Amino acid sequence: MVAPVVLVIGVIIGYPLVRGVFLSLTDANEANVERNIGVNHLPATYKFTGLDNYRAVLSDGVFWDRLGWTVLWTVACVSLTFLVGLTLANMLNRTLRGRTFYRLALILPWAIPAFISVFTWRMLYNEKSGILNKLLAGGGIDAVPWLNDPTWAKLSVIAVNVWLGVPFMLVALLGGLQSIPGELYEAAEMDGASAWQRFRHITVPGLRAVSSTVILLSTIWTFNMFPVIFLLTRGGPGDATEILVTYAYRLSFLDSPRNFSESAAWGVLILVLLSVVAVVYRRALRKQGEVW
Amino acid sequence: MRRGIRGITATALVAGLALAATACGGGDSGSGGDSGSGGDSGGELSGTVTFWDTSNDAEKATYRKLAEGFQQEHPKVHVKYVNVPFGDANAKFKNAAGGNSGAPDVMRTEVAWVADFANLGYLAPLDGTPALDKTDDYLPQAVGSTKFKGKTYAAPQVIDTLGLFYNKKLLKDAGVEVPKTFDELAKAAKKIKAKTGATALYLRGDDPYWFLPYLYGEGGDMVNARDKVVEIDDGAGVRAFKTIKGLVDSKAAVTDATDGYENQIKALKDGTVAMAVDGPWDIEAARAGKAFKDKKNLGVAPVPGGSTAQGSPQGGWNLSVYAGSKNLQASYAFVKYMSSAKVQQQTNEKLSLLPTRKSVYEVPAVKSNEMVQFFKPAVDGAVQRPWIAEGNSLFEPVKVQMNKVLTGAASPQQAAKATGDAYRKLLKDYK
Repeated sequence: MVAPVVLVIGVIIGYPLVRGVFLSLTDANEANVERNIGVNHLPATYKFTGLDNYRAVLSDGVFWDRLGWTVLWTVACVSLTFLVGLTLANMLNRTLRGRTFYRLALILPWAIPAFISVFTWRMLYNEKSGILNKLLAGGGIDAVPWLNDPTWAKLSVIAVNVWLGVPFMLVALLGGLQSIPGELYEAAEMDGASAWQRFRHITVPGLRAVSSTVILLSTIWTFNMFPVIFLLTRGGPGDATEILVTYAYRLSFLDSPRNFSESAAWGVLILVLLSVVAVVYRRALRKQGEVW
Repeated sequence: MRRGIRGITATALVAGLALAATACGGGDSGSGGDSGSGGDSGGELSGTVTFWDTSNDAEKATYRKLAEGFQQEHPKVHVKYVNVPFGDANAKFKNAAGGNSGAPDVMRTEVAWVADFANLGYLAPLDGTPALDKTDDYLPQAVGSTKFKGKTYAAPQVIDTLGLFYNKKLLKDAGVEVPKTFDELAKAAKKIKAKTGATALYLRGDDPYWFLPYLYGEGGDMVNARDKVVEIDDGAGVRAFKTIKGLVDSKAAVTDATDGYENQIKALKDGTVAMAVDGPWDIEAARAGKAFKDKKNLGVAPVPGGSTAQGSPQGGWNLSVYAGSKNLQASYAFVKYMSSAKVQQQTNEKLSLLPTRKSVYEVPAVKSNEMVQFFKPAVDGAVQRPWIAEGNSLFEPVKVQMNKVLTGAASPQQAAKATGDAYRKLLKDYK
């Protein structure tokens, strides 16, 4: 009965994973892997180099620099997205006129393909002709170098990622809120609990199952959020906004010949990091009595 | 991307297309271009030739028309024209060629890509094939980028370089001459600002190709390919980074870390900057702006020099054939046709791009073209880049470091050193 599942997982996950790990232990690049071009057959000439790639990556300061910023970026994005999402979900979780309209409007960023949103933001951020600076100029404020200054660029990419991530949080948390029985709130109100107390002792525990899942998912997505960084700043200015995945891309695809083995090593390291995060997070939840 | 979009106004394009309908029969077709009788003595050519063209939105209609013109000479050959945006073309070709599926038969290849693709075994050598025709007629510097390890892998189609675009009126109002060096430019900047309100220069801080004039101006280069030495981290490289930083810090120049292409051409068109370093592909775009309503207001001069020299990089486009092409004979004939004097003359007449054949420059219509008059002397003096397999990969480290210098995240010394280190990692046998 499980044969089809095993087969599918083996083909679409297992093989690429094993192949990636294997390549990361070699010196394979675009110039020495096997190819057939027309009548030409070029044999594979790469060789096994053991852990050389990992040693090279981990002993390079670049990896640790980028890891630091990647962690900061992930924590900032996930916490902001969660807080904004939770606030909006609470505001929408009551009967108010035009609720459907608000929900649709807040879902919109999710409905637009990410690259279109990002390109739009890039136009808004343009220092010389973007709308944001035009608005600021109207208020008598000097132009802000949104994407041209390392610190502003970091804030700018976080803002875009939060904007993109909020709808998902909103929908998930709204679902969670609506699954909390209304009687609990009524009873608490009868007992004289304040709004904050109701939030603290009913909403937060009631949302725990949903929020622990969305935070973990969001962490993994943000950690690997290639399109926002790549399309908005290409990791620039300089390498200020470069996260691990975009840096792996730069190292391995912008140079020629393309370095498959080093790119694979970066990929494996990123996978290991995220697996560790997931395991630690699950343990922490289990300690709090959460069954997940 | 590096070259950006070569803007041509829609009107020019429409006019060009109208001409295209009549141009084939008329005019002086020069000495080359007779591609009907050369390489197909074994019988009539047939089949499909897929052509990946990397020209920009303003150019692509003309290129499609020219490419499909091949079918008139070889009715049994079907030309499948595909426009691939310049920014994606390199990666797309590598994916297709390496994966052995979907690669074109012929591609319009940037000069720095030829050695790279040839090194990876993706290109068919063209020596002794019908693709190379009347090779003595090519400008010698255009031929440079087609060779790799003693073989020829492409036919030159277009050549270009950078020049200094300037707003004649703004310079006149400020009472300054066209600067011959970046030093002079920095000195003139205060006058320009005071008298006209405009900034002297837009400096492309987002694109490493634009760093080369500063580097050449200090007598430096990225690498010395003959002696296998990395040169960018010597004194010249440091001085070049200092020059760009100085121009921006003293407010003689404005810059961006992203969207430099759009911002530069807009600033020039609006007259908010007096000068910009740009290439022939942008003359028409510049002239569409309000600062150049009087077309004569746009001047082009050689790129300013540095403290010891003057130079700008040589660029352009070649035609290369995929080694895995199923229709090599037709592909060779197509390359011959597309790089023929006749087609090059049409490219010049319609898009004002510079030909790579000496004979085309003798044609009166080409000779009297203002663009050619601007840029031919500049191309003659342009600096050839190192035509090595890694040539295109040399740009990315420069981009990162020029960003860092301009935003103050690295000193010129640190930037030059970091670039040199990146090169040594890339070029393992270099000193």
